[in-house]
Amino acid sequence: MEIYRSLKTLQADLYSQKFTVTAYIQHTLQTINAHAHLNAFVHVFEESALQQAHNLDAKLQNKQTLGKLFGLTIAIKDNIVYANHPATGASKILEGFISPYSATVVEKLLQEDAIIVGTTNCDEFAMGGSNENSYYGPVLNPHDTTRVSGGSSGGSAVAVAANLCIAALGSDTGGSIRQPASFCGIVGLKPTYGRVSRYGLMAYGSSFDQIGPFTHSVEDAALILEVIAGADAYDATCSPKIVPAYTSSLHSNQKYKIAYYNNALEHEGVDTEVRAACWQFIDRLKQEGHTVEAIEFAELDYIVPAYYVLTTAEASSNLSRYDGVKYGYRAKEATDLESTYKLSRSQGFGKEVQRRIMSGAFVLSAGYYDAYYSKAQKVRRIVAEKTHKTLEEYDFILCPTAPTPAYKIGAVQDSIASFLGDIFTVQANIAGVPGISLPLYQSQNGLPIGMQLMAGRWQEEKLLAFANDLHII
Amino acid sequence: MQVNDEIIDKLSNLTKLTFNPQEKVAIKSDLEKILNFMEKLNELDTTGVEPLIYINEDVNVVRADEVHYPISKEAALMNAPLKNADYIKVPKFVKGTKY
Repeated sequence: MEIYRSLKTLQADLYSQKFTVTAYIQHTLQTINAHAHLNAFVHVFEESALQQAHNLDAKLQNKQTLGKLFGLTIAIKDNIVYANHPATGASKILEGFISPYSATVVEKLLQEDAIIVGTTNCDEFAMGGSNENSYYGPVLNPHDTTRVSGGSSGGSAVAVAANLCIAALGSDTGGSIRQPASFCGIVGLKPTYGRVSRYGLMAYGSSFDQIGPFTHSVEDAALILEVIAGADAYDATCSPKIVPAYTSSLHSNQKYKIAYYNNALEHEGVDTEVRAACWQFIDRLKQEGHTVEAIEFAELDYIVPAYYVLTTAEASSNLSRYDGVKYGYRAKEATDLESTYKLSRSQGFGKEVQRRIMSGAFVLSAGYYDAYYSKAQKVRRIVAEKTHKTLEEYDFILCPTAPTPAYKIGAVQDSIASFLGDIFTVQANIAGVPGISLPLYQSQNGLPIGMQLMAGRWQEEKLLAFANDLHII
Repeated sequence: MQVNDEIIDKLSNLTKLTFNPQEKVAIKSDLEKILNFMEKLNELDTTGVEPLIYINEDVNVVRADEVHYPISKEAALMNAPLKNADYIKVPKFVKGTKY
């Protein structure tokens, strides 16, 4: 069976009955199993995927109307729940957890006849940038299996990049969709904060988290966003704004005004090939008639520290729900309630998660709250307002998605060094604006290099149309 | 910021995490590094800036006050490590109560 990298081509063959949905899913499951060494999947939903395929074959036979995502094989990050299926957030503390309910995004995918093939590996509770903080071990980059997938949604990126399924969902708190998309050579979209419901996503930094798609084509990203976006009674932060038909306006002949940060490009941590690729991108855009201007971003070095103060604070609060009582791992040797909490949490959480919970508890604690937490919230206002102002003046902000291509597994041991890998992606989460990573360049040794575009809040339509013109598969 | 044992003990109680003596040395040094990194924010003048707390632009998102039962009792208890038909069981924590 040929490899399908876009839903449109697959649907054409399904509608013309070249093969059944069931045959396609059987083939998909075989492909997933044959690539088990990449460690992209945590759980493969063989039974329910085949059941869904049978149902769709019956619908097709009976000439029933089929959904927009008919036949789409999609994987979901292991921190998104699907009723009666396991989800662990790649943490020992949720080993064996079966979700009693489905995330809103899952409900919406199923309503449009997508087929959920499994959950994908990630950094534990989405905390990390290389997928090395997973209870299940690192995900291998299909472009060079000695390198990381990126993270935290590494398994989702690899599942798509290695053609194990057509699309995947990830979550992005500080770059966790865009950065692995960049490392693996595919499209990754983080929508505007509040565009997609977070109900059923394991909360990390609730004022930062957004769910978004990984795909080969911008068109499929647009289609999936169209399905998963929109108001949700179960998430009050999810906006009631009308969801535009992103797929019906995927071309723009406009000439745009685009900003880039000179000090970001010249930042010492930026790999020379990444810098060169970005200059090439700027030249291309100028040649195509767009106005591209350098601006300064004086707060660049403060966004990652502010991000870590705020997200660890939110994480320390969000992760208090894992207490060994209601669900998940409970330490056998606990003798009273206090030791149930302490032993279950200490044995159930990995090191990075524990570090972040401790940091978060510190910045929120009496005596330090103003100096750290409140200070970071003020910095967030400065950066967010500046970002919105820039995006009123310019259509897009461009920069590389990550300062480097995928690095070797085990190469970055230090937390702080790993934090700095988020330098170009966190701005979108700090300000709540949408960002997309496009796989436009490659290093000399064949590693993908992604370019990121950010747009103003709720401007996914413009962002996707422009991205689609830039990235043709 | 220097992180001492007292701070670790206090945080350990707040977060319900325990650290053995070896882990304590590691978390002390890790936390110190992370806090020093965060302290870079002090270079930035934020006088007169209001903290940004909510990112969503909508205020007071309301819905009808209707009762829904999205999850049955059985489903809610399904993942409890220890339970009976109606309750989650935990070790005794009130004196005189049978576990």
